[in-house]
Amino acid sequence: MSKEAAKERSVIIQKEMIASLFKELGTVKETGKKVVYTFVPGNISELILSFDMLPVYPELNALQSGMRKKSEGYIREAEQHGHSEDVCTYVKCDVGMMLNGNIGPTGEKIPNPDLLLLSYTGCFTFLKWFETLERLYPGVPVALLHTPYQEAHKITPEMTAYMVKQLKEEVIPKMEQVSGNKYDEEKLKSILRNSSKVEDYIVKIFDTTKHRPSPIDAYFAGVYYIGPINSGFRGTPEAVDYYAELYKEILTRIEKKLGPITPEGEMEEERFRLVVEGPPNWTHFREFWKLFYDMGAVIVASSYTKVGGVYDMGFRVNPDKPLESLAEYCMNCYTNLNLQQRVDLLSKCITDYHADGFLVNSIKSCNSFSAGQLMMMQQLERKLEIPTGFIESDLVDPRYFSYSNIKNRLESFFQMLEQRKMILNRP
Amino acid sequence: MHLNNLKEIVARCEELAFDLSFTRAREWKSQGEGRIIVGHLPIYFPREIIHAANGLAVGILGGGDKKLIIRGDAYYQSYICHMPRSIIELAIDKHFEGFDGFIFPSICDVIRNLSGMFQIMGEGKFVKYLDFPQNFKPDIGGTFYRHELQTVLDEVYKLNGVEVTTERLNHSISLFNINRSLISQLYNIRQEFPWRMTAADLYHIVRAGYVLPVEEHNEILTNVVRLISQESGDPMDKIRVLVIGAFCEQPPVGLIRTIELAGCYIVEDDFLLGARWIQGDIETNSNDPLESVTSAYLEKSTFSSSVFDVGNPKEVRLLNLIRYRKVDGVIFAAPSFCDPALLDHPILQKECNDKNIRFISFLYSENTGQFKVIKEQVGTFSDSIKLWDEPVPAFSL
Ligand code: SF4
Ligand code: SF4
Repeated sequence: MSKEAAKERSVIIQKEMIASLFKELGTVKETGKKVVYTFVPGNISELILSFDMLPVYPELNALQSGMRKKSEGYIREAEQHGHSEDVCTYVKCDVGMMLNGNIGPTGEKIPNPDLLLLSYTGCFTFLKWFETLERLYPGVPVALLHTPYQEAHKITPEMTAYMVKQLKEEVIPKMEQVSGNKYDEEKLKSILRNSSKVEDYIVKIFDTTKHRPSPIDAYFAGVYYIGPINSGFRGTPEAVDYYAELYKEILTRIEKKLGPITPEGEMEEERFRLVVEGPPNWTHFREFWKLFYDMGAVIVASSYTKVGGVYDMGFRVNPDKPLESLAEYCMNCYTNLNLQQRVDLLSKCITDYHADGFLVNSIKSCNSFSAGQLMMMQQLERKLEIPTGFIESDLVDPRYFSYSNIKNRLESFFQMLEQRKMILNRP
Repeated sequence: MHLNNLKEIVARCEELAFDLSFTRAREWKSQGEGRIIVGHLPIYFPREIIHAANGLAVGILGGGDKKLIIRGDAYYQSYICHMPRSIIELAIDKHFEGFDGFIFPSICDVIRNLSGMFQIMGEGKFVKYLDFPQNFKPDIGGTFYRHELQTVLDEVYKLNGVEVTTERLNHSISLFNINRSLISQLYNIRQEFPWRMTAADLYHIVRAGYVLPVEEHNEILTNVVRLISQESGDPMDKIRVLVIGAFCEQPPVGLIRTIELAGCYIVEDDFLLGARWIQGDIETNSNDPLESVTSAYLEKSTFSSSVFDVGNPKEVRLLNLIRYRKVDGVIFAAPSFCDPALLDHPILQKECNDKNIRFISFLYSENTGQFKVIKEQVGTFSDSIKLWDEPVPAFSL
């Protein structure tokens, strides 16, 4: 492993973007900007931006709290307030954070919502989460956007019509009322034009893992790469610049035949190429990642990076049909795909990116991902004869992260991959 | 079964309710041309539409404590509720043979993903995840829901070619109206005279309706209503409780019995909520009965963890129910790892606290076999209310 690499320009741009968002959030009292709480999967941030409002994502706050080692205290506090040990820890972490003054990652208080925008793509817990928030912020209007599930393996015209009607008759009027601005379709279209450019970049970036060595890690680093599109920047010129720069940097890495960047510098030898299903653990993110790069394992594709939108199957927003596009975007998020579609998508990733193994990180909190994962694993094993591995952890509850357990399981998994390689290479 | 003898009726209903081979449903299917069976999961499904299409909608409620899990655990992590693994076990063991289709109502991520598992396993001739709208406006959620129901009917039509005419659907609606009305009468009689029938017996009687043709169930219910309208048994010094949180994975009957043995009368519950989901009647002489079924869902649904409740807060509805049933205390009983039920509890419990309504809460799983701890907890709860509490002020809806 080489020494810690100098910060790349894309990293600096992203940091500046996030800092500027929090700065804006910190000054809403002065600027009068309205704040919308919403969720990452199926986030219709372009519409929020078109009304000049600012988005806040409670699950990103929870994630940040996990990374900053604050989540355990928040979760315990929520449990003391009657929340069960058995439910999604993102919700409890967010509730605990709110009970502690809602201090965000920059140390400043995150402003209260002016609108709760519930677009709960692919997960019922979001619905329950906002029922809780609605009571914690009494009187704040709620706009609900129900995204139908792709149960029949497709998006039907009726599903799109249902969503567009909700946008027109529920969501937009509430946004107009809260922001004091009229819906401006031309503005939305121009924002979506940027989104479509960003989507192209995202696909190209995650497709670079085709190369050997893979120039990026599509899971651990991938979660940083999807940061801007999942935190309210999809559709902004800053996002276009960020992804253009990131792509340029990755192309340079490919030219130089460099492996992915890790927190300890460049990974020098690529030994295993993996596809990972399920979200990562945030409380021990660095240790978790290290278990992989120490073994020369690079993640060439992950389902988690598609949670805020799936673009590699051809979907792009169409700025000429803005509301239909937003609807289809929501319906296309990973956890809104049915199980067979998920298997097909993972199977394509395994094949396209020449993965040696498939790994499930099963998250205790998250039924949306976890229920059915074992069958998906069986399907892929059977269909592709690929070695599969299984580990368990949680998103933000450190009580469910057992380092030694995960390490043991990963070591056996890597051993299995090693043996398989030897067998396959035998003349 | 002697329809004049309550004991015999209850025994037969118990047998039917836990017949995991669904014998009566299969028998019914074999007795007529073009008959089909459609299995549906909790909570609610408008069975009327299947009835009108010459079908029998059969409720699938898991294996309870009657099915040993051998392979089901290989499909689910330990932190997912129990019911889906017993359903998978039933599927693997061919308990659903003869079922033509399956409906998975949209109530949580586990049921949603289970629908995908059934699709992958190739169970039945169709598997439909029925996306209930969370938008309750007729021209938005209503239009969408109606289309969802039509999709189900289209699937059934492909199988048996039965055209669901206005007359047929209106007739089916009227039979299910009678069914709900009879169940509601049972609950009302028990509210006044809970000693006349145990909650476990009532449970068996209602649950039998999940696997029987509605005509047969109506006959049973009519007789039960008649029989328990007469005085029988003696009142005991028990508190009156409402049990909530058990709408999907069912509590073992032993648990229901334990609650009553430990000093409570269960006068309201959400065990088999689907059978009572629509509050009141659905219109029976419409020219567009599918529209009637649709608007009944939009306008007459009860409250539940699976329905977003903004504008119609569930705590207020619970409070109304508590007062209507003149309940002394609430028991929050939810399946372990059930996000929808458990995420509601802080909201509902806060309301109980604020209004001075006593409650306890515990978790169960459909195959829980030991009730000692729960019995002690419920016993203490009941004693404390008997000794110390003023009754909740009466209130009528
Ligand atoms: S259940 Fe999963 S998708 Fe849903 S809020 Fe929790 S972590 Fe997010
Ligand atoms: S018991 Fe709860 S979590 Fe399990 S399937 Fe039913 S509603 Fe979903």
